[in-house]
Amino acid sequence: MTVDDRFTEEARQQRIAQAQLGTFNEIVTGPVSDWTTDFSHLEPEYAENAIEVWDDLRGRCPVARTERFGGAWLPTRYEDVAAIAYDTEHFTSRAIIVSNVRPPMDVAPVGLAPPISSDPPFHHDARKLLLPAFTKANVAKQAVTTEAFCHSLIDTFAGRDVVDAATDYGMYIPMRVIADMLGFPQEDSEKFAHFVENALEGANGPLEERQARGMALSDYLFEQVRDHLDNPREDLTTYLLNAELYGQRLTPQHVVGTMTLLLIAGIDTTWSAIGSSLWHLAKNPQDRERLVADRSLRPKAVEEFLRAYAPVTMARLVKEDVELGGVQMKKEDWVLLPFPSANRDPERFERADEVVIDREVNRHAAFGLGIHRCVGSHLARMELTVALDVWLDRIPEFSLADPDAVRWSAGQIRGPRALPMRIG
Amino acid sequence: MRVSIDSATCQGHGRCYDLAPDLFGEDEEGYAVLTELTADRDVPEGREGDARLAAANCPELAVLVHEQVRA
Ligand code: HEM
Ligand code: SF4
Repeated sequence: MTVDDRFTEEARQQRIAQAQLGTFNEIVTGPVSDWTTDFSHLEPEYAENAIEVWDDLRGRCPVARTERFGGAWLPTRYEDVAAIAYDTEHFTSRAIIVSNVRPPMDVAPVGLAPPISSDPPFHHDARKLLLPAFTKANVAKQAVTTEAFCHSLIDTFAGRDVVDAATDYGMYIPMRVIADMLGFPQEDSEKFAHFVENALEGANGPLEERQARGMALSDYLFEQVRDHLDNPREDLTTYLLNAELYGQRLTPQHVVGTMTLLLIAGIDTTWSAIGSSLWHLAKNPQDRERLVADRSLRPKAVEEFLRAYAPVTMARLVKEDVELGGVQMKKEDWVLLPFPSANRDPERFERADEVVIDREVNRHAAFGLGIHRCVGSHLARMELTVALDVWLDRIPEFSLADPDAVRWSAGQIRGPRALPMRIG
Repeated sequence: MRVSIDSATCQGHGRCYDLAPDLFGEDEEGYAVLTELTADRDVPEGREGDARLAAANCPELAVLVHEQVRA
């Protein structure tokens, strides 16, 4: 066996340096003055009212604009969101989280977290490496341990009238699943929570702080890599360390970038989906009772929750000036892709603003459209299904303990972050 | 009724093989494939509704159904 000499101090420094380069713009925070010309998805009023904001904009200004973040667009119609997702000529995935830094042009087509940050043709090859581990058949193997884990979380509720469905339940499920898949210590969950928050909700925060936390994540991942080099095992980290592209092992930046992606992409997203589904059921007892009584309805309900409360908005950078939805987009403008808004477009869905738990035809885009379709979609569906099954079977009666205490996240991943629930 | 998968547009969302697991399957990367029951592209009699449902739920419009039977 040859010694793996890819993960040197130099490689670590390079990763940190890479994340600090780019074009910076002034950080603007504070209340939104006008949603059509000054929107921000990182202010509390968006967290509270995103659905109303999309519905309003779709009707009167289907591609909204802001000068914040150095210039960004917010399309809200299905048609426009889909057109951008399918158009990899004019839009690049070089960055997919809107912030105040645009990564250097030369990181394309690989990007900092392949395959989500990659453009064709490289994207296809990086994605192909991950697909086999995430097929429906392969993720089904984890359903049993996931179910046991969900039960163990509910066991800890014994003797309590009120629990937080977001932070005592939903949050831990994807953390545990991805830690298992990557082969990271389960007790590191608290750390994951901080990494994720920095990458997503903290996107408008002070740069030094974001960079310091980004560095902590890189250091953590390099530590895990070294541990896996010393003790190879059957998990995704070892798989990535041995994987090859074009006849060569992956670059250290590719390995660590993909590990970053898998850690960040699966946690907030699935946590949000579990939370909003339980929030809906707490507020709508007739839906809750139907699902408790009739398990065969649950798969349809899961798809409907994914449609109506889709957690994920992605983003692109404009690669070439282009006209879209009646506006002129300029090279290097940000463009948000609010799949949740597309999913509520009445042009595309009947009764778009209603949650119809037995909806038959549901061509929703919660997991994206086109070449970047969520690699983890089968895993996420398994986790969401198991999490709801176990909750509904163990806690058939529940309601919001304090509706005013429910807090939704701001930013590109939307879900309840505080969700006090009265149980039993 | 005839059915096929447009493999150029299928992205592996898996709605088809979730909804009709005996009519559609997944390959080792999660892309949709036809199964024993549909290998000849004919939808078994009585299962037209399931094939239509799968087509109606594919986000990429990659499940193609043709209503007429072969002459
Ligand atoms: C309900 C939960 C989830 C939702 C709604 C969701 C949504 C999405 C969306 C919309 C995209 C498309 C990104 C784009 O167009 O730029 C995406 C990509 C991705 N997701 Fe998820 N995701 C979820 C859970 C997960 C999980 C559990 C994992 C795995 C650990 C995961 C891994 C990925 C990866 C690797 C990509 C990049 C795919 C590519 O670029 O080819 N996601 N996800
Ligand atoms: S639902 Fe559509 S995109 Fe998904 S696997 Fe089936 S054919 Fe492919």
